[in-house]
Amino acid sequence: MTAIPLQLPRRLVEFTLDGRQVRVPEGATVLDACRAEGTEIPTLCHGDTLTPKNACRVCVVEVEGARTLAPACSRRVDPGMEVRTGGARVRHSRKLVLELLASSTDLSTTPHVAGWIREYGARPDRFGPDAATRAGQEPKVDNELYVRDYGKCIMCYKCVDACGDQWQNTFAIAVAGRGFDNTVSVEHDAPLTDSACVYCGNCIEVCPTGALSFKSEFDMRAAGTWDESAQTRTTTICAYCGVGCNLTLHVQGDEIVKVGSPHDNPVTHGNLCVKGRFGFQHVQNRE
Amino acid sequence: MDLRFTGAVPTDEEREAVDACLGPPEDGWEGGARTAADLRSSRGGHAARGRRDRLLPALHAVNDRIGWISEGALDYVCRRLTVAPAEGYGVASFYAMFALRPRPARVLHVCTDLACAARGAAALTASLEGLLGPAGATSGGVRWQPSPCLGLCERAPAALAVQAGVPRDQDGAHAVAHLADAPRAYGTAVVGPATAGTAELAAAAPCAAPGEPPAENAVPQAGGDGLVLLRRIGRADPESLDGYRALGGYTALRRAFALGPAGVIREVLDAGLVGRGGAAFPTGRKWEATARQPERTHYLVCNADESEPGTFKDRVLMEGDPYALVEAMTIAGYAVGAHRGYLYLRGEYPRALRRMEHAIGRARTRGLLGDDVLGQGYAFDIEIRRGAGAYVCGEETAIFNSIEGMRGEPRSKPPFPVERGLFDRPTAVNNVETLVNVLPILERGAAAYAAVGTAGSTGTKLFCVSGTVRRPGVYELPFGARLRDLVELSGGVPEGRRLRAVLLGGAAGAFVRPDELEIPLTFEGTREAGATLGSGVVLLLDDSVELPRTLLRIAEFFRDESCGQCVPCRVGTVRQEEALHRLARPARTEADAAGDVALLREVGAAMRDASICGLGQTAWNAVESAIDRLGVYAGDLPADGLPAAGGPEHPVDGGSV
Repeated sequence: MTAIPLQLPRRLVEFTLDGRQVRVPEGATVLDACRAEGTEIPTLCHGDTLTPKNACRVCVVEVEGARTLAPACSRRVDPGMEVRTGGARVRHSRKLVLELLASSTDLSTTPHVAGWIREYGARPDRFGPDAATRAGQEPKVDNELYVRDYGKCIMCYKCVDACGDQWQNTFAIAVAGRGFDNTVSVEHDAPLTDSACVYCGNCIEVCPTGALSFKSEFDMRAAGTWDESAQTRTTTICAYCGVGCNLTLHVQGDEIVKVGSPHDNPVTHGNLCVKGRFGFQHVQNRE
Repeated sequence: MDLRFTGAVPTDEEREAVDACLGPPEDGWEGGARTAADLRSSRGGHAARGRRDRLLPALHAVNDRIGWISEGALDYVCRRLTVAPAEGYGVASFYAMFALRPRPARVLHVCTDLACAARGAAALTASLEGLLGPAGATSGGVRWQPSPCLGLCERAPAALAVQAGVPRDQDGAHAVAHLADAPRAYGTAVVGPATAGTAELAAAAPCAAPGEPPAENAVPQAGGDGLVLLRRIGRADPESLDGYRALGGYTALRRAFALGPAGVIREVLDAGLVGRGGAAFPTGRKWEATARQPERTHYLVCNADESEPGTFKDRVLMEGDPYALVEAMTIAGYAVGAHRGYLYLRGEYPRALRRMEHAIGRARTRGLLGDDVLGQGYAFDIEIRRGAGAYVCGEETAIFNSIEGMRGEPRSKPPFPVERGLFDRPTAVNNVETLVNVLPILERGAAAYAAVGTAGSTGTKLFCVSGTVRRPGVYELPFGARLRDLVELSGGVPEGRRLRAVLLGGAAGAFVRPDELEIPLTFEGTREAGATLGSGVVLLLDDSVELPRTLLRIAEFFRDESCGQCVPCRVGTVRQEEALHRLARPARTEADAAGDVALLREVGAAMRDASICGLGQTAWNAVESAIDRLGVYAGDLPADGLPAAGGPEHPVDGGSV
């Protein structure tokens, strides 16, 4: 059973979505409205537990009267506004965003993106073989728990926000550099083990591309043994302390290969600490 | 907030530089010597974190004194301000003027941007390579590096020499004994027009380099009649407050106090003043919306981060008539209900910084700033914040992040600055030229002001004329003058040359052809012609300038200056530059060229539609106009890229003016 937090009833606002009159609670974003209406909008940098940075721009929609397109994930619905989600301008920008991202980043472990690339007719290879890319850089493996593969990073800022003031308040990582050369980094690009990182893994929980992953997943992928179809997911309760966080154990064969946490948990919102996230080895230690 | 610091230790000099900026540390928690008292109390919470906005000044302090920011210095700055080291590193690595690796104390920034490139920057850098080695290498304690536009376009090709550290004499002793005598921990010299020789000399000893010519040299009309915004430049001593008052200074502020805040806003609305920074938003509406916010603390921000390539009008205003900006900011602050104004000044403008610091100090001692301005019971003061080399910080919300000590990334709007701006408070942010326009509005009245110009664009406008032109400089013309008038006023292109194109509005603007000089210089007129006034850039290019090279430079500029936040701009500017590189190859085929032009159009449309801020939205404007209006890459045009039409001698071409 999911707990429903109590809140004051919200006023409804009415607006036009793709020609239909739609009513949504005041304060809802265009994306909320689209999801409630069953209109599909691709998203990458939007996270259900974070305030979106609207950096990826793949969710753009057309708002009548606006000079530029608006990000559905963070534009709030105004009464009477007219939104179109599927016009030529919208499709063009989404296609280009997908092309620009796929030509500069390794999206091989990003869910849904292959389908969107087909749907929007994106051709990432048309920028030529010499197009600058961040893909292919050496993954940063500097600790036993998780791996940072920034060749797969789309700079969605979600890990930074989860590490910083939106959840963890550890501030171990930040965006450094500028422009195409920007990157998520600890101070002076030091190894994680020399940083403020507390290994809560909440950055992995929100990473939309697999740039951040459990070392166990990274190693299994490298060995070719990672098989999501053979995995079960079991939600249980962390046994370490009295808070009672929910854990979702991803099990392949007889091994826990990854630990997540349900985002709709009203207490933890998908966040864990190092013990819940990574302290599972004792379960499968057979010696 | 339980922050973990790196433990890297600052040198005594680094510590001294930071303490000179922030004051001595209060306790061991802040990086001072640990005492037993530290074990019983600790500092934290909002009070400790509330000084985050001092981060940029503190980084400047280290960079100015040492020349670069070491791990120890950054850690100490972060400790002092309760900033996470990762965030401090993220901020420091955002700005081009900060170095996070050792570099020599003396750095020579050589402008290679549009206006300088049109006047021999390539030859300058080539001979500097001969003298000092390749860019980025160190020779004789000097490093030279190419720079985006330094805003010295009337003296192109220009260079800026910076020497970190208090200048010492030959014995190694401090040349200036007390900090009070040497408020600046660094020396600068501006060279223009520069040769490799003069630039090298200035770089070797910036403090001994010859001084700059007076600001009025940048104003060919200086002293002439009919000037409004430039009328004092060259007439009043920019250092003298009495000189400023003798020429009508501070009558506008008196009138403002007589009218009251609502009356000032009414006058500005009636005058039809719109912003001169590029977006042309009605200033009165912005002020009205800010003043109306119920939130008590309001701020005023003056955007003096003039970085659009080819723009230097705000620099000339600040160098030539600094008190005008102080007075105008006071009026604006009064109108919007702000008691604090921030002047965000471009880091590359040493003389404007000196003049504004001096003017603000004088105004303070004379009761024109402070707790009781002019004895009217209104409190207002101005704080200068130096930028650190980031074009994007001129964006109206990026400027807030930069002042607050964050990375200068634009915020998404809404909420707009008038609702939630600096420190999340209602903020009016205006360009220097916009603010200075408020003085004639109040001195002469809205009707008299609006009588000049056209219905849609009232008053006068400053134009930054540069490039291959006989008399480059800042010109003031009433709105409605033709582009031809301005080109003729500035003497047109040099003897024996033919005008090939005019770039209006800067790198984010548009090219127009020599046969389009009848375009009226108004916001509506340029918009109708598919161009823009932008920040007032009028860059003339004659037939000696290679247009594909110019376009490539524009593309490089946007790639370098993109903050990297949103995908269309971060990757789109790179793809645009790559396509322009391919187009510039001599071996390209027609089909390849057509394909690349089509690619540019597609990338450009997405940048324009889907980028977060104006930087990405306009990054393709100039390239698009060069393709569409100048036909740069069209195969069927003459080799020089000009459309075949054009006729005989053009009146603005060299030799006939």
